[in-house]
Amino acid sequence: MFRNKSGEFSWVDFTIDVLRVLIVLAVVVGAWNTLSSGRISLAQWVNLLAAGLSQGSIYALIALGYTLVYGILLMINFAHGEVFMAGAFSAFFLAEALNRTGFLNEQPLLSILLMFMFAGLISMTVAVLVERIAYRPLRGSPRLVPLITAIGASFFLQYAFRGLYGSNFKAYPQVRALQGAVQIGDISIPVAQIFVFCSALVLMFGLHWLVERTRIGKAMRAVSENKEVARLMGIDIDWVILFTFGVGGFLAGAAGVINGLFRPQGVNFYMGFIPGIKAFTAAVLGGIGNIPGAMLGGLFLGVIEAIGPNLVLAGLGIPGANQLKDVIAFTMLVLVLIFRPQGILGERLSETKA
Amino acid sequence: MLASEASRRILRLGLLSGGFILFAGVIGMIAAFHEREVVDDFISLGQVLLLATPFITSYMAATRLLESGESPRLALAGGLAIGVLSALPTVILLLFNSDDYRYLLDASLKLLPFVAASYLAWKSHAQGNEPRQVAATWLIAALLIGIVSFGFALIFEVKGDLRGVLVNVDRDWVEVVTFDHRRELWTGIGLLLAASAGAGLSGVIMRILPEVPRRALLYGLGITLLVGAFGETVRLILQENLDRDTLRAIFRRDTLRQNAAAMLFIISTFAGFLWAMFGGRAQSEFAALDDSRRHQVRNLGMLLFAALLLALPWLIGRTLSDVAVTIGIFVLMGLGLNIAIGLAGLLDLGYVTNYAVGAYILAVLTSIGPLGLFKGTFTFWSVIPIALLAAMFAGFIFAVPVLRMRGDYLAIATLGFGEIIGKLALSDWLKPLIGGAQGVQNIPKPFLFATELKNPEQLYYIVLVASLVTLFVSIRLNNSRSGRQWMAIREDEDVATAMGIDTARAKLLAFTLSAATGGVAGAIFAAKVGTVFPNSFTVFISINVLSLIIVGGIASNPGIVVGAVVLIGMPELLREFSDFRFLMYGALLILMMINRPQGFIPSKLVMHEVHAGAKPKVSASD
Repeated sequence: MFRNKSGEFSWVDFTIDVLRVLIVLAVVVGAWNTLSSGRISLAQWVNLLAAGLSQGSIYALIALGYTLVYGILLMINFAHGEVFMAGAFSAFFLAEALNRTGFLNEQPLLSILLMFMFAGLISMTVAVLVERIAYRPLRGSPRLVPLITAIGASFFLQYAFRGLYGSNFKAYPQVRALQGAVQIGDISIPVAQIFVFCSALVLMFGLHWLVERTRIGKAMRAVSENKEVARLMGIDIDWVILFTFGVGGFLAGAAGVINGLFRPQGVNFYMGFIPGIKAFTAAVLGGIGNIPGAMLGGLFLGVIEAIGPNLVLAGLGIPGANQLKDVIAFTMLVLVLIFRPQGILGERLSETKA
Repeated sequence: MLASEASRRILRLGLLSGGFILFAGVIGMIAAFHEREVVDDFISLGQVLLLATPFITSYMAATRLLESGESPRLALAGGLAIGVLSALPTVILLLFNSDDYRYLLDASLKLLPFVAASYLAWKSHAQGNEPRQVAATWLIAALLIGIVSFGFALIFEVKGDLRGVLVNVDRDWVEVVTFDHRRELWTGIGLLLAASAGAGLSGVIMRILPEVPRRALLYGLGITLLVGAFGETVRLILQENLDRDTLRAIFRRDTLRQNAAAMLFIISTFAGFLWAMFGGRAQSEFAALDDSRRHQVRNLGMLLFAALLLALPWLIGRTLSDVAVTIGIFVLMGLGLNIAIGLAGLLDLGYVTNYAVGAYILAVLTSIGPLGLFKGTFTFWSVIPIALLAAMFAGFIFAVPVLRMRGDYLAIATLGFGEIIGKLALSDWLKPLIGGAQGVQNIPKPFLFATELKNPEQLYYIVLVASLVTLFVSIRLNNSRSGRQWMAIREDEDVATAMGIDTARAKLLAFTLSAATGGVAGAIFAAKVGTVFPNSFTVFISINVLSLIIVGGIASNPGIVVGAVVLIGMPELLREFSDFRFLMYGALLILMMINRPQGFIPSKLVMHEVHAGAKPKVSASD
């Protein structure tokens, strides 16, 4: 067990295996304690699950942007979280204006659609600009270089938007049609969560259709398979890459509106950083470069984040377990990168990709 | 060069410079910098920004134009054009922002989709696409751009002004860009255009001047502006060495008086003139010396520098010593992180972990507050080695899981570690131990022979010694066996393994050693501030350290020291800068990677990862 391929004892493998055993043990013990104590009822578990799924679908939408770009350029677009923020932050003003005119509550569906488009297009512009300015000049250089520019772009965007819109938190207006809850037996699920889940689903199916059924989708798949050959087939690679960034940006912007609508503390310039890392985790969980994987990974991460603290950490007797939500998510990130870098659905990545 | 090509370049540069000025205004940079007077009652830093941009742009444009054989007259016209173009976007925003011309904003937002769509359709037509495709392009573009611009039109209509959305398009900004003519808008716009055009023209004139007066004037201008901008710092230094009346003759509070500035300009221009005339000869004479003499001159320089370092706190006083301590802490971290990033090529984004471990260890062990474990049994000096070892241990623990990861995955995983540590420090779980959000308080200052080292002037020496030791170690590491192993791994891990290097061991060593200085830096920081709480240990620390390494020069020890002085010192000294600190770092990271990946003071063994000549191998456009 503790031997590598050549049969020698490898203490790195040994440590990692010990770590694996410890984690499994912690999860089992924690879960056992929680479940046997019966502190949380079935209805509460279902509520946690629903909350996790709705949060997870937002991660999934952002994760799609990471996965699309990674699939084509094999680079982590670290600034993607800020692309998400750009849409959410800008659309706040539209939401407020629509609310002021009363249109938001007269035609909730239409105005939310409008906000999706608005935020999506702004995020798309930001994503395309980042690609054009920070990534394209460095295409083909060693892999750490675009990562460093991506970190630079991320912080630049954060503070640029802070300068543009100010540093205060801004809370979206409430949409009356999305208040309340659906009652099924003694389980009640907020309409908002159902709405989030469904709209994310629609967007994901839209993306699936785009990638699988259209000409440009075919070109995207071709470029991700092999850039050189794709170019020989007459595909304009620069345009396809730009388009990919644009599509990823659009989804992130829409996710920004979905998130903004149900974020009681409001949106601000820093809101994209943590969800960005979590969405990256989701993308890796599902197998980076893999579109259905990113969707599943996002949902999975959302659920783990909602249930994990209550199930495992509370069971281990850790106080204030829900504060440690983010710790669970980031631990997941590290664990996936250690134990299964190819993700749940991913095939074993070749050396160049991993 | 064709005239049309020249004019297109001028147009592009002018719009770039105009866009920059507009952006700087919209994010509040110009108004914030206006708070800082460079020369008393004459010019502020915001106005310098406003005028230096067209000046520098047209200087660069003139260089290109003259080099490609264009006439000076064309260059002058170009400078004028760049000056006007630099002001143009700001002028347009001024009009949009004024009560009388707000309808222009509405009209242009509503016209934009049609104009932009028609332009795109025309381009598509010019490419020879079929009419059907051209029509589709027009429709889609008009629809998409229309949604955004009508959205903005609605927002501005409901809000009533730009300020409700763009918080920094406010009175202060208008005051600065119209040179205090907020009431008479057209006078202000005229002044702005004239000043900008003048700056553009003088950029070209400066370029056309013969070499010696040009260099002399540039020195003079540069030094005067620098001294003026850092007036507060300069005054603090002079305060230690000059009497009050002289000081008052030079400064009005923190700003340079006009006649002092004029004197400074004349003196520095004269000095620049002398250097431009005779500096070349001094350099060639130095080069002509034989080796032993050259060494002597160099050693003398080093000796003077060492004396300066030792005497620094007396020369610069308390406030600046405090800044020097902060810079020193970042030098320590920069040199440490450089072992991982620069030597071994491991992009560690969780460096703040080590800093936090060092700080918390010192806090918990020495604090005399309720959270102190030993209440005074341990002193600063005995805890420093413990903090060092603890940080090394933490570095080791966090390194083991990531040994198998490469490149970008490693970066993200270490970033994750940093975030985990931050959240844990804030959590209720560890609150009994490290105090949650309130942190650990009442950390005593270090004692040396029964004197409390409570001033920054005294702490400075601790940082200095620690930095020098670290500098020595990292210079030695560069040429050690391990150093060579790291560089081999950095260049190509597979080849390194094939050469028989135990990469796991070498990487672990890199992480562990790099963590050590982070721990010391954290401990010194904790002793300096006296309170340790989680907000001091965010991802921004890691980004700070990363930026100073990249900007100074990756794997270059002198580069890192200079990087820390500039990147950490400048925002501390120019408080107006501190709001835009991370904006600047972000822009610097991008610009450095594109234009100068080896850093400002490159190491001789420039790393392969960010090699200077690493032109795209598989670029889509070639």
